[in-house]
Amino acid sequence: MLEILLDATVRAGTPILFATLGAIINERAGIINLGIEGLMLIGALSGFAATFASGSLFLGVVAAFVAAFIAGSIHALICVQLRGNQIVSGLALTLFGVGITALFGRGLVGQTIEGFERHAVPLLAQLPLVGKAFFNQDWLIYFSFLLVIAIWFFLYHSRWGLNLRTVGENPTAADACGIPVNLYRFLAVACGSGFVGIGGAYLSLVYTPMWIENMTAGRGWIAVALVIFASWSSFRALGGAYLFGGVTAMQLRFQAMGTTVSVHILQMLPYIFTIVVLVISTLRLQKGASQQPGNLGLPYDREDRK
Amino acid sequence: MKKFCAALAILALLTACTSNDQKPTEPAAEASGAKQIKAGFVYVGPVGDAGWTWSHDQGRVAMEKADYVTPSTFIESVPEGAESARVINGLVQKGHNLIFTTSFGYMDATLDVASKNKDVVFMHCSGYKSAENVGTYFGRMYEPRYLSGIIAGKMTKTNSIGYVAAFPIPEVIRGINAFTLGVRSVNPQAKVKVVWTQTWFDPGIERDAADSLLDVGADVLTMHQDAPATLQAAEARGAYVIGYNSDTRKFAPNAFLTAPIWNWASIYTKTAAEVQNGTWKTSQIWWGMKEELVQLAPLSDRVPTAVRQLVEEKRKAIVAGSLHPFSGPLKDQTGKETVAAGVTLDDGALLGMNWFVEGVQGTIPK
Repeated sequence: MLEILLDATVRAGTPILFATLGAIINERAGIINLGIEGLMLIGALSGFAATFASGSLFLGVVAAFVAAFIAGSIHALICVQLRGNQIVSGLALTLFGVGITALFGRGLVGQTIEGFERHAVPLLAQLPLVGKAFFNQDWLIYFSFLLVIAIWFFLYHSRWGLNLRTVGENPTAADACGIPVNLYRFLAVACGSGFVGIGGAYLSLVYTPMWIENMTAGRGWIAVALVIFASWSSFRALGGAYLFGGVTAMQLRFQAMGTTVSVHILQMLPYIFTIVVLVISTLRLQKGASQQPGNLGLPYDREDRK
Repeated sequence: MKKFCAALAILALLTACTSNDQKPTEPAAEASGAKQIKAGFVYVGPVGDAGWTWSHDQGRVAMEKADYVTPSTFIESVPEGAESARVINGLVQKGHNLIFTTSFGYMDATLDVASKNKDVVFMHCSGYKSAENVGTYFGRMYEPRYLSGIIAGKMTKTNSIGYVAAFPIPEVIRGINAFTLGVRSVNPQAKVKVVWTQTWFDPGIERDAADSLLDVGADVLTMHQDAPATLQAAEARGAYVIGYNSDTRKFAPNAFLTAPIWNWASIYTKTAAEVQNGTWKTSQIWWGMKEELVQLAPLSDRVPTAVRQLVEEKRKAIVAGSLHPFSGPLKDQTGKETVAAGVTLDDGALLGMNWFVEGVQGTIPK
């Protein structure tokens, strides 16, 4: 039973994980992105459409990344180049994503594709308990593991990552060091958005291989909250996304097993967990362990002296 | 502030683009002198939901075939409550003379707008309030659900059947009970396990709920949801599944057995005809299989001939009125007899149903 639960946890958590990782890259550069929900939908639709047209799941994933990359560039253009309000631009991006996917997705409703299949990793899949859940999955899940490690490595063990963090912490200092602040911010927003798009594509290519309007059903907003929960770390994002996926999977299974606990209490579980973890992370925050990029949400203007 | 206003303007433009969908101009039959029907529809979800709203829209398209019906208008994803009054009023202002509001939450808004526009006919789906120019309509979905239960009861090997349910309201509970009574009429050992998702539309949660039922041994699934994710779950695991709302066998070519479905075309066509020739009168319509508002989708080839014959027999009995799924004796979950032999639950009891029959495993959140 525990094995099955873990498996369901990983699958339910993966779309949120991709979205959270994308949002972390955005915010590490100092740009808040509230357009996650819209970007996920754009990714879900483009991924499904490309796979439906070409028959290739790989092209679907690429299309999801590219489409969300382009949509994210709009946000980057407004927030970085034009120094617009990041909150307004992000919200507009979400509404834009909901609307445009509904419009262009009309013809794809009711169409079907063959989604990603599971591929067991030799040896690792034999591990007791965690083997099946983590290493008998589809390629996108393996990619998400790699992405978690890659982002951590990028941020803490590469010069570009250091530059990116500096841009988010203190763009003035970064600029003085000769780091092209706007370029870093633009690419971070666009690439991060691309990963968010893959999160959406996980829904339309793996989890429920179909296109339905608004199929993300609020997962983008969970990702926005998880960024804070994960305190801008890719490993904690993994934990947070699985925690959320796991608690949802658990409460449904409790019901299926016929527990007499009230459904309402079971359905509160994910949110109780969220509150508990937020309290804990806030307590740590007060001890000075905050990971929040110093210039998060603030536009950078070289001429503007503080 | 300027940027904010610009963003707002863009948003308004987008909403306008997506929410208002005038059909491309079709040649409207100009029957000179005869009354033309210009119908407007208010939908709670997107037409692309492949479920509830989609089934209504199929009915709308079928209605337009009549030559006295001019291209109709629909407005989708309209929030329930006060906001909907503005949308309904907008349809009246644009000259619609027949307006269908297709979700329970539009009830008060529909009555409110109707009281100020007596020359327009309103039809509200699934509500209980009517007026001189407001009729209500809904379907006895429990009838085909009962039939689909018979199939599930015959097809299960583990005697464990899963039901992915939306919200614990009488409509859903009635469906679960009718389905279970159908199951137990042919297989008294079988149990129906219920999982509540507390959402009408979230493909991810539905998929997970369906998987959780399969994990505890269910080999036939059914659902009361607006997305077809349950079907995909059953297909992926080699189980059987009974759909809902519309015939979505495409999503589960091997697993799909049948689906209790809506056929709104019957009522939309009839209402348009009555309004056109002036015979329409307000009424509270609760049609069943007899009037073909609800049906069972064509059965899959996997259903054995003997079961087909049994289902057809029972269908005829329901249509003829000799069989009612909620005829006593009925027992509740604890085994206590709640409806005595020879008694049939009346419509009031059906519309307010808040208890599970024997054979359902699950609780109704209170």
